[in-house]
Amino acid sequence: MQNLDATFSALADPTRRAILARLATGELTVMELAKPFEMSQPAISRHLRVLESAGLVNRRVDGAKRPCSLAPEGIATIDQWLSLLRKALARNYDRLDEVLQATTPKK
Amino acid sequence: MSKLSLRTEGDKHVVVTRYFGASPEAVYRAHTDPALIQKWMLGPEGWTMPVCINDARPGGNIRYEWSDGKGNGFHLTGEFVELQPFSRIVHIGRMHLPEPTPDNHIETRFEPEGSGTLMTMRMTLPDSRTRDVMLATGMEGGMEASYARLENMSANASRAA
Repeated sequence: MQNLDATFSALADPTRRAILARLATGELTVMELAKPFEMSQPAISRHLRVLESAGLVNRRVDGAKRPCSLAPEGIATIDQWLSLLRKALARNYDRLDEVLQATTPKK
Repeated sequence: MSKLSLRTEGDKHVVVTRYFGASPEAVYRAHTDPALIQKWMLGPEGWTMPVCINDARPGGNIRYEWSDGKGNGFHLTGEFVELQPFSRIVHIGRMHLPEPTPDNHIETRFEPEGSGTLMTMRMTLPDSRTRDVMLATGMEGGMEASYARLENMSANASRAA
């Protein structure tokens, strides 16, 4: 598993989070990624390098292009934490309701 | 409808509230008795907590280990700071994935409300960056993006194959 701190740093930037959200729709080139942002391609490329070294984004070679996609392993690291936080919290408390029902004497 | 509420406060806090139809004493015990904790603090369906150390006194250790029964697992360690039966618990916790996440300082209050208890859990993260990442990775609005990521991951995987 890659360094979690690098993952956190990479995700701390709103532009990089937006890039990840756009990559959720599929593989994109730097040019396609840069379009909706008011940012130059080199600026987007710099963000991509941070995401790549954090293990969140993969790039492959396709002729002159280097299309980007989400890296399943990196996202899985985040989702492990995710599942413990929001979704699991709701499930946990539903279960706690049942525990409390079983242990609390009825009035 | 979810009875769970999650909101941010200031730069570093996340506040979770939840109502329970039981007395503050019962809810407090369910947060401090290991045998009870092991029945509910389990995370996703199918997971269990084979190890639950919860030494509920100031300075006491916390260690929760979760397992999916298929060789996957992770654990949390922490320490109790303050306990006021049956109204307040202050503790520090961190996840190990296996790298430790930044310390989360958590104050949990149990207040009587009607015939039940309103629980308020106030988390304090070391800085706004850590909290933002926590939120961005799924505690609030990030959920939809995250599900889209997960769906897309399988699509990418089949495309790459």
